[in-house]
Amino acid sequence: MSTAQLDTTTPTTPPGTGSSPTRGLGERSGGRAAKDLLAKVVMWLAFAIAVVPLVWILGSTLVKGGHMLLEAQWWTNSQAGITSRREGGGAVHAIQGTLIQAVVTAVMSVPVGVLTAVYLVEYGRGRLARVVSFMVDILTGIPSIVAALFVYALWVTTFGFQRVAFAVTLALTLLMIPTVVRSTEEMLKLVPNELREASYALGVPKWKTIMKVVVPTAFSGIVTGILLGLARVMGETAPLIILGPYTKVIATDLFGGLMATLPTMINQDRTEALQPALDRVWGASLTLILLVFLLNLLGRFVGRFSKVKS
Amino acid sequence: MAKRIDVKDLDIYYGDFKAVEGVTMTVEPRSVTAFIGPSGCGKSTVLRTLNRMHEVIPGGRVDGSVMLDDQDLYASSMDPVAVRRTVGMVFQRPNPFPTMSIRDNVAAGLKLNGLKNKKKLDEVVETSLKGANLWNEVKDRLDKPGAGLSGGQQQRLCIARAIAVNPQVLLMDEPCSALDPISTLAIEDLINELKSDYTIVIVTHNMQQAARVSDQTAFFNLKATGEPGRLVEVGDTQRIFSNPTEKATEDYISGRFG
Repeated sequence: MSTAQLDTTTPTTPPGTGSSPTRGLGERSGGRAAKDLLAKVVMWLAFAIAVVPLVWILGSTLVKGGHMLLEAQWWTNSQAGITSRREGGGAVHAIQGTLIQAVVTAVMSVPVGVLTAVYLVEYGRGRLARVVSFMVDILTGIPSIVAALFVYALWVTTFGFQRVAFAVTLALTLLMIPTVVRSTEEMLKLVPNELREASYALGVPKWKTIMKVVVPTAFSGIVTGILLGLARVMGETAPLIILGPYTKVIATDLFGGLMATLPTMINQDRTEALQPALDRVWGASLTLILLVFLLNLLGRFVGRFSKVKS
Repeated sequence: MAKRIDVKDLDIYYGDFKAVEGVTMTVEPRSVTAFIGPSGCGKSTVLRTLNRMHEVIPGGRVDGSVMLDDQDLYASSMDPVAVRRTVGMVFQRPNPFPTMSIRDNVAAGLKLNGLKNKKKLDEVVETSLKGANLWNEVKDRLDKPGAGLSGGQQQRLCIARAIAVNPQVLLMDEPCSALDPISTLAIEDLINELKSDYTIVIVTHNMQQAARVSDQTAFFNLKATGEPGRLVEVGDTQRIFSNPTEKATEDYISGRFG
């Protein structure tokens, strides 16, 4: 528009001879307004398409499983002694199993993941760092069932151990490490280099700079990333089916016997046609969504509770 | 307390690229030396070799020697971390630690190096902030975040942080370029006071500033684009600004450069 304006006022280009049509300042360009409208419509449509299934899933889970969560025994009882055709029982055994496995997975994957990220961002130079980074990329893309089969081949076939909850957490750790590495890496990269230099210039050694300046500055972001990664891993099912079959009773032993989890509880009854079993499937689904949601919420909360003050 | 710096035949590299060539100069104790010159001529690079911050950048290395009194900063037995405790630095943009309070920012150098005695730390915080002319402005809010101060105050906080570790030399890399004239004046006054205790080297783009604060001025320039930067002339500030030996220096300070 401004060039069109210029054309009309520049004496070397008489009005009308310029290639672009001349227009006044206040007039709206019809073509541009139409494109703007089109882009708006496409954008909103894409948004709606993305949101519809989300709302649908949440809605139908709430409708079909909501009433299960309102019963007190859902939070107090296990499914011990209850057949598919009978009502009653709770999900405590599965909730407990999922939480135990999540905690053990986090304990194993967070140190490895965070330290790998520190290596990649603060120390990694040359070939080794490139190889590690490439490996993390590959690990990110590994399907969960492949991770599960790998652990099965190692744990059961090679070592001859039983299928136990600990084997499940090994597979989950394998899946969680790359997400922790990537999210922590991003957070560490966000720490301005000036802060590192300021610390070095005070005669603070590099390792102390990392521990006392770099990591604290990125702390809330790192924790948020870990919690989101954990939420993701808690819903994984393939490793559970292969390595940790369902059981109806409460079990807390990581190394002996079976341990129930929410995903396997859902998987257990999903093919049943009987109403009590279906109710349990939806109830367990809603409980799992709720757990993941709470973890996400916690992640956001920690993000707000940052150590960086201003 | 303050020490003399002797730079001899210093070549500075980034990987294979020679950034600065053949710098030889002396910085007297308890004086202010200003580095002036066009952008990209290597002033900051030379400054950063004086406390071995240059090698923090991957590929950064030097040839030649930098002596602090009788100690060779680049001797193989010399620990770069120890060098940086002796030669402090203030950066172009104020960079207080965002996770720390004003008090912790000033105490950071000592605290991170293991000093725990709270009484001693409080003492150092107070004397350093007084030394940086910031004490009266922040004494009632030492526990507030350092990043909440104004730009000029943040820069004085960074100076307080640098002098808290009791260095012999203070390097300043364009410390006022992100500040308004009032804050600049405050920093310049501070430099004049600090001069009685420290050896100060300051990089500046502002020639009036160099003329105002420094005793000695060094003019750096590129021979040509792509060539390494070099020290054209160094001498008494008054002489450099009134009667430079080199034509290039005269052209630069009189604004006829290029």
